[in-house]
Amino acid sequence: MQTIDLSETGLREMNKMLHAQADNTNQTAWEIVNPKGAHAIACGLDAPIEVTIKGSTGYYCAGMNQQATVNIHGSAGPGTGENIMSGKIVIEGDASQYLGATGHGGLIVVKGNASSRCGISMKGVNIVVQGNIGHMSAFMGQSGNLVVCGDAGDALGDSCYEARFFVRGTVKSLGADCEKKEMRPEHLTLLQSLLDEAGIDADPAEFTRYGSARNLYNFDVDNAGAY
Amino acid sequence: MCGIVGLFLKDKSLEPKLGEMLTAMLITMTDRGPDSAGIAIYGGESKGRTKMTVQSDTPETAFDGLEAALSEAAGGPVSMAVKSTHAILDIPAGSTAKVRAALDDLNIRVMSRGDSLEIYKEVGLPKDVAAQFDLSAMSGTHGIGHTRMATESAVTTMGAHPFNTGDDQCLVHNGSLSNHNSLRRKLRREGIHIETENDTEVGAAYLTWQMQNGATLGEALTSSLDDLDGFFTFVVGTKDGFGVVRDPIACKPAVMAETDQYVAFGSEYRALVDLPGIESARVWEPEPATVYFWSHTDAPSATEKAA
Repeated sequence: MQTIDLSETGLREMNKMLHAQADNTNQTAWEIVNPKGAHAIACGLDAPIEVTIKGSTGYYCAGMNQQATVNIHGSAGPGTGENIMSGKIVIEGDASQYLGATGHGGLIVVKGNASSRCGISMKGVNIVVQGNIGHMSAFMGQSGNLVVCGDAGDALGDSCYEARFFVRGTVKSLGADCEKKEMRPEHLTLLQSLLDEAGIDADPAEFTRYGSARNLYNFDVDNAGAY
Repeated sequence: MCGIVGLFLKDKSLEPKLGEMLTAMLITMTDRGPDSAGIAIYGGESKGRTKMTVQSDTPETAFDGLEAALSEAAGGPVSMAVKSTHAILDIPAGSTAKVRAALDDLNIRVMSRGDSLEIYKEVGLPKDVAAQFDLSAMSGTHGIGHTRMATESAVTTMGAHPFNTGDDQCLVHNGSLSNHNSLRRKLRREGIHIETENDTEVGAAYLTWQMQNGATLGEALTSSLDDLDGFFTFVVGTKDGFGVVRDPIACKPAVMAETDQYVAFGSEYRALVDLPGIESARVWEPEPATVYFWSHTDAPSATEKAA
C-alpha cells in the first residue's frame, strides 16, 4: 500500500505519481490522506489500480477515469467522475451536482445521496445511488443505466435518448419525453447485476423503469411545444 | 464563480474567534474570485447607540475632524475608530439619516449601518483585505464573507460584497441576476436607496423593501424566488440571524455544516475543512428553492426551512 499525504505532496505531484502507473504496475493499492476537499484528485487515471481517498473531495475527483477503482471515504464535490470511460468509483458519502456527467462507461456507486444533474448526458456509464438524486438528473442521457434506490427529483430524464432509469422510490416529476416503462425479465436481470456489482441489497422487483418516449428524436411540428 | 462563506455561532465561547475562523474560510475561497473581498461581522452592540461603517479612498483627509462635524449633524456625540480606508462611527440611536446626509455632503461612502453590523470590503485578494482591516482579530456572533469574480458591474469598492441596504441587513451573492435593471427602477420608485449598478445590491434592496413592508426575512427570501430572475445562491445576515437560499436551478454550489457549536456555509467544502469538529458535523447541500434560516433569538435549535 502506497500512502500519499496530499497536504505534503501537493496535488500535481500526487496525480503525476498516479499517472505514472502502467498497466502492469505492482503498486496497485494507493491511499490518499488529507484530501480536504481539494479539486481534481485522482483525475485522468489509466491503470488497473485502486485508490482510496480518506476524506471528502472537491470538484472533478476521478474525472476521465479508465480502469482504476477510486474509493472516496467521504463526500464528493461537483463533477465527480465526469466523463468516466471505465473502472469504478465508490462514494461512501453524498455526491454533489453533475455526478458522472457525459460518462462513457464504468460504474459509479453512491452510498448516500446524489445532488442535481446526476448522470447528465450519460453515454454508457452505470450509476447506482443508494439514496436519492436531485433535479434534472440524466438530462439528455444517451445510454447506460441510472439506478436510484431512493427518490428522484424534478424532471428526471428530460430529453433523454436510450439511457435507462430504475427508481425504487418516487419520482417528483418526469422530464420532457421521459415515460414510465414496463419492467420485462431482461430488465430485472440487468438491474440485479447492477445492484450486485454495486454491492447493494435491494429487490429489483420494487423498482420502476423509465426511459425515452422517443418523440423528440426528430423535429415534428406537433411536438413544438415540448422543445 | 465568486466564493461565499458564512458562520453563525451557537457556542458563545467561539465569539472571540469569529473573525479568525471566517477570515480563514474566505481565504480558502480565493480561487473562486480574485477581484474584491469583503466581510460583514455582527457584534458589539451598545444601548442607545448605533453604528455606521464608512469608507474613503483618502482617509487621512476625509476622516480628519469628521467626529466633530458629524456630532453637530447628529445632535449628539459621535466617536470614530479608523481602520485603514474604513471607519466605524459610533452614533446616537436614531441619527442615522442625519449622519448619512452629512456624509453625502462630504463625499464619504457608507458601507453599512446598523446596531451591530460592520462591513469591511475593498478591491483585492481576501488575504490582503483581511490583513488591511485586521479582520482575524474581530469577535462577533455571526458573519458572512465574499470573494468576487465580477460579472455584472465594475471591480470597485462599491461593487464589492457584502451589500447593506437596510439597518443591520446584508447580503452576499454567487451568481448573476438578469432582471436587476427593471427591479432597480421599481425599488427606487418605492423610495429604496440603491447606490450602484450592481445586480446583487438590487437583490439586497429587494429583501429590505419586502421587510419594510412587513415580511420576515424568511418570507422575503421566499418571495425572492418568484421575483428575482437569474442565478443565485444568497447568504443573508440580519441582527440576530443568518439565512441561505438558492434559486430553483441551483447551479451555484453551496455546502453547509452544522454542529452544536456553529452553522457554517461555504461555496465549497474546502472552506469548512478547518472548522472545529468538522469531521463529525452534519454536512449537506442546501436544497434548491428552499429557505434556511438560523436565529439567535429563536429557540436554541436551528430553524431550518423556516419561512
